Amino acid sequence: MIALVIRRVFQSFVVMLVVALLAFTLFRYVGDPVAMMVGQETSLEERAQLRETLGLNDPVPLQFANFVWNTVQGKLGISYQIGRPVADLISERLPATLELSLIAALYSLIVGIPMGIYTALHPSRFLSKVFLTTSLIGISLPTFLIGILLILLFGVHLGWLPTFGRGEVTDLGWWTTGLLSTTGWQSVLMPAFTLGMFQLTLIMRLVRSEMLEVLRTDYIKFARARGLANRAVNFGHALKNTLVPVITITGLQVGSIIAFAIITETVFQWPGMGLLFLQAIQFVDIPIMAAYLVLIALFFVIINLVVDILYHVVDPRLRIEAQNAHG
Amino acid sequence: MRLKSLLMATALGLGLGLGLGGGLQAKELKFAFQGTLNSLDPYNLNETFHLGFQGNIYEGLIRRGADLTIEPALAERWEVMEPTRWRFHLRKGVKFHDGSPFTADDVVFSADRSRAEGSDVKTRIAADTKVVKIDDHTVDFITSKPNPIIHVEWGTWYIMSKAWAEKNNAVSPQKLSGNEENFATRHANGTGPFKLVSHESGVKTVAEVNPDWWDNPNKEHNVTKVTFTPIGSDATRVAALLSGQVDMAFPIPVQDQKRVAGNADTRMLIGPELRTIFLGFDQYSDELIYGNVKGKNPFKDKRVRQAFYQAVDIEAIKKKVMRGLSEPSALMIAPSLTAIKDDRFKRHAYDPAKAKALLAEAGYPNGFETAMDCPNDRYVNDEAICQAVVSMLAKVGVKISLLAQPKAKYFPKVLAPNLDVSFYLLGWTPGSLDSWNVLHNLHGCPRVSDSAAVWNKADRDKIGRGKFNLGGYCNPEVDALTDQILSETDPGKRNAMIEAAYAKSIGDIAYVPLHQQALAWGVRGGIELAQRADNQFAWRHVQVK
Repeated sequence: MIALVIRRVFQSFVVMLVVALLAFTLFRYVGDPVAMMVGQETSLEERAQLRETLGLNDPVPLQFANFVWNTVQGKLGISYQIGRPVADLISERLPATLELSLIAALYSLIVGIPMGIYTALHPSRFLSKVFLTTSLIGISLPTFLIGILLILLFGVHLGWLPTFGRGEVTDLGWWTTGLLSTTGWQSVLMPAFTLGMFQLTLIMRLVRSEMLEVLRTDYIKFARARGLANRAVNFGHALKNTLVPVITITGLQVGSIIAFAIITETVFQWPGMGLLFLQAIQFVDIPIMAAYLVLIALFFVIINLVVDILYHVVDPRLRIEAQNAHG
Repeated sequence: MRLKSLLMATALGLGLGLGLGGGLQAKELKFAFQGTLNSLDPYNLNETFHLGFQGNIYEGLIRRGADLTIEPALAERWEVMEPTRWRFHLRKGVKFHDGSPFTADDVVFSADRSRAEGSDVKTRIAADTKVVKIDDHTVDFITSKPNPIIHVEWGTWYIMSKAWAEKNNAVSPQKLSGNEENFATRHANGTGPFKLVSHESGVKTVAEVNPDWWDNPNKEHNVTKVTFTPIGSDATRVAALLSGQVDMAFPIPVQDQKRVAGNADTRMLIGPELRTIFLGFDQYSDELIYGNVKGKNPFKDKRVRQAFYQAVDIEAIKKKVMRGLSEPSALMIAPSLTAIKDDRFKRHAYDPAKAKALLAEAGYPNGFETAMDCPNDRYVNDEAICQAVVSMLAKVGVKISLLAQPKAKYFPKVLAPNLDVSFYLLGWTPGSLDSWNVLHNLHGCPRVSDSAAVWNKADRDKIGRGKFNLGGYCNPEVDALTDQILSETDPGKRNAMIEAAYAKSIGDIAYVPLHQQALAWGVRGGIELAQRADNQFAWRHVQVK
């Protein structure tokens, strides 16, 4: 077990390096940060000087090595545009993104699982068809369009919900939360719905197909033959076995919810990391872009690591295989 | 405008007095802008929104009124002692927001700080200008050459407190290397009508009214609190305005203006902006970087430039691309910024037949091929304008491949030292609101000496004159006039020279000026404000009902 963890951590480190390298190669095509940092009247000589100070004239491998070395030491640099340490900016924006992602993930689970069960148990009912059709829309419509439609309907037309921002935010010192105020909850509804829409559809369809599969298996037939109540069969036996893959997928999807929050955050002007990243791209703010990409990679790597470990805990077969491989 | 707002303020004051028994009510102004406000350091970035925002918190020795006229601000009055020595008499009794008094030391300090390393407003005061304190409320500016417009850009040269900067280790502007945040990045201490409460870059910035502002006896506004939110997405910004969550939003994209105007509770404020959008040509290379003409440069021939000019149907661009929201222009500067009479210069008429004839005369009866560079996120509908130009030129036989890209990619490509461009679209607003800036930057000959080649590769970093003259237009007569305009102190003579310089460059068809784009602000009912043509939003003209 420990050997596995060590191996995984080492692999994760390699993944992080590759992500950082890819990010760095991309930055060369985003544009010139200096052109965005100064006004039109700055002389060409000063521009050249600035480029030199920022180390933009160094060869890319050297820039990359510097970046990795500084990151390992925890120095993420200072934002070109905002003039503040990147670490501060990201830690200020992190709570907003995590809160939104968490609510979106919870919502997609709480709504998605029952919908999946319902459509599996009653495949031919009218409501099942409605669920399946609407879920098609959830998969096929792009996030920003859903967001804008929601804003137009609930924000502009009906005037029920705020169209942008996070509402009133409470500062707990180490965390900022919008969940302690009414406006905060009102503000989070539409973005969380938009962000969770795709996951909801995914989970619903996953639960449905897994459940249909399980319901066809022999032990369910035997359970029914023993005369167990429908309720006990469906929820006690079928659902339990359906949920194992669902939990895995959900874990992995949390990473993509955080990463995909970029678009939702832009549409709703949600002050999270994704918005920060998008603003950074427009201004070619390399320190923020680099830190963000590495951080997102770190999330994915950690989540994968945890899922891998959980696998081994949950599934006895894997443990046996691992022992055989060593023996 | 002034009288109207004054009357309104009086009426409102009376209304309040009668209706509410004189109780002071909180009047909050919430507004949204497309871009973010990054650093609060007033010397950090020479950019309109950045400086315009700070003009509500900080003040300069002068300020610009709602109609952009120069008004005394921190300087009560000034006089020209001799052509190279200006004396500014500072306003007495002014206090910074932290309570410290404003004196001549602060002016001297601000002059040094704005010229220090890391400052982006170095052009406000020339490097060789001496700033001398005469007494606590008198400062002299001694220039090496006479300069009749020394103060015109000082509406955005803000005075910072010396004591405050020294106490908080913010004596020089933010440095871009290292890991240290400058105190002035998130804190502000000005003398202006509003005080900073909090600033979270990219999230929101809050300010409150300054009850001790020196100009409070004459104030036009009734705002007590201002909240600014940057909203980058066009649709979200318009929705925020329509749903009443912000009182004012800008810019409103062309396609949404009808909705905002048609909504009962919002209206559009449209006004001409100072920025001129124009087309430029590479006129110095021996062969175009992009093109199929070998061994010569077609743009060196004035007839070709004129053919391009006459092939562009500016009225169609105004009607179809800009939806009526542009002012076609024959000049490279907004007409409101000059003393030139409106009908003095006229655009060459749209005439594709004539354009074809001119091309044939120049030796290109079947046209030729070239490429056009264009930004797609910098000016109003920039890419669409370029597409229109390309298709109009196709009708006279010139085949153009268009490369439209974000400004972060566009500017490094076309600006010196790369100058990787043959034909381009650019916009220009003179920071000083004066013609000298336009003549110097866009029409000056970009070479280090009279004998050097235009845009000589080795000298490109040293170019001062003509830094944005990407096509290398070069007319020594225009340069000579530009130098005289810089030091001529008699306004009548100076205006005549400016007119003469434009006459020469327009005669040469140095550029194809297209139009001044329109400002598009969306405002909610119950809000009265003054729209400044330089697109700065001054809260001191706002009335909230």
